[in-house]
Amino acid sequence: MHVSRGFHGRRRPEVDPARVPPGQYVTSDFPVLSAGPTPHTPLSKWTFSIDGGREPVSWTWDEFRALPTETLTTDIHCVTRWSKLDTMWEGVSLDVLLGMVDYDARYVLAFSDGGYTTNLPVADLLGGKAWVAFGYGGSPLGAEHGGPARLLVPHLYFWKSAKWVRGLRLRDTDEPGFWENYGYNMYGDPWREQRYAGD
Amino acid sequence: MVDEETLDGNAIGGLLMEVFGTEMTTAVATCGSCGAARQVAELPVYMPGLGTVARCRSCQSVLMVFTQVHRVTCVDLMGLASLG
Amino acid sequence: MAGTAVRGRLSWQTATVGPVTDETPRVRTLRLEVPDWPGHQAGQHVDIRLTADDGYQAERAYSIASAPGEPLAITVERLDDGEVSPYLTEEARTGDQLEVRGPIGGYFVWEPGSGSGGPLLLAAGGSGVVPLRAIVRERSRAGSSVPVRLLYSSRSWEDVIYSSEFGLPPGGVEVVYTLTRSQPRMWQGYARRVDDAMLAEVAWPASERPLAYVCGPTSFVESVAAGLVKLGYPAGRVKTERFGATGS
Repeated sequence: MHVSRGFHGRRRPEVDPARVPPGQYVTSDFPVLSAGPTPHTPLSKWTFSIDGGREPVSWTWDEFRALPTETLTTDIHCVTRWSKLDTMWEGVSLDVLLGMVDYDARYVLAFSDGGYTTNLPVADLLGGKAWVAFGYGGSPLGAEHGGPARLLVPHLYFWKSAKWVRGLRLRDTDEPGFWENYGYNMYGDPWREQRYAGD
Repeated sequence: MVDEETLDGNAIGGLLMEVFGTEMTTAVATCGSCGAARQVAELPVYMPGLGTVARCRSCQSVLMVFTQVHRVTCVDLMGLASLG
Repeated sequence: MAGTAVRGRLSWQTATVGPVTDETPRVRTLRLEVPDWPGHQAGQHVDIRLTADDGYQAERAYSIASAPGEPLAITVERLDDGEVSPYLTEEARTGDQLEVRGPIGGYFVWEPGSGSGGPLLLAAGGSGVVPLRAIVRERSRAGSSVPVRLLYSSRSWEDVIYSSEFGLPPGGVEVVYTLTRSQPRMWQGYARRVDDAMLAEVAWPASERPLAYVCGPTSFVESVAAGLVKLGYPAGRVKTERFGATGS
């Protein structure tokens, strides 16, 4: 490792350090980071489904948008070390969505257009901690940032907030999703710096 | 339709050299899903920071994934039928 | 998980920045002195790694601007939201050190004899001209007489890199510019993004068995490569190198 004189990486705004998890730096950018091409599912074909409960439940885009929505301002933390503070979102709470399903599973695998998956405990989706978000910064969520809708779970590293989400598979066991399979942490708490398996 | 940010296998020439010990961008990658065969240099490559993903240009299946976990490089080539 | 964990091999070398040249307001060429540099081929690139004093590292690939046998040099365009390019184009000084890995690449390379006698079509979008310039320089150094047409798309004349070098091209090399955003007064040349009609006018006919190298932003490469294939170029005779989104 060889330090290059005068290299700092991106300029970092001054922020309250209590808002920045360990090892993170704050950015005002919103990097577009994807593991695959941006999908372009027409809204007429879009559904969000939850299966693995007593019966599968599914919403079309119109049905989804008829559900009660919330707006929220929150901080997001990417495992690649950038954090973005005070991001504004609009979405449907997972409390609403899961509230319409009869289940007793403890884990989910969230799945997206293009094949991306990520796993979470159900408990981390409930109690006002998670949304299916369709609005960002006061506008419809752009395709490059996961639109028409993405999972939003800001208390975990942002790879858990699956872009282009299309549903949840309820499971009794915690099975690794895409990045978790390649060595990323099964849970991903930025405040305990759980980036990789075994952290 | 290819996203602006998408790179190609040329961009991971260094990573491949480190992992395989030799220049790999001219190696032919055959997709395990659809059978399409292309040189590694021509595969769409995504580098979202968490890792590097090389996909089949024809069917977009994942062919290769590289991550670095605590300084150990993990390589998954399961999407390939062959590489060489 | 099925896969293999391998220890990364130590292949980074320390390079010292030599003389730097500002090519355009946003573009700078940096000579790099690397002890025991093994040499390189035209079209190859190097990986550059920078480390901040808090240990933060950033790594990027840059095409080699010099021909084989010439001192190693890279040409870097400053991206407004870039992390490494602003450092290399504005901060790095002669004598500074950074880490280099390479040379890298075996696909997007040219040497005399590549292409088996057909003419070369080089298509550059913005900073995609860098490896193509290395190819043109190598052709001269090697005394090759293969005919070359370089189609170079740039935002404006001020953004054209190596303009004095291309202003007096070697015999057998023809440079055709298209300036997509603004043109000097009295400009007679192309003034739009490369399209199929322009390729039909500029590219060698497929019947001459040309070999094409296309480099630049991803959208440029996709569009030009598809256009050449439509003109009858076999896909295997169109080599591509995508630089991602460069904001141009």
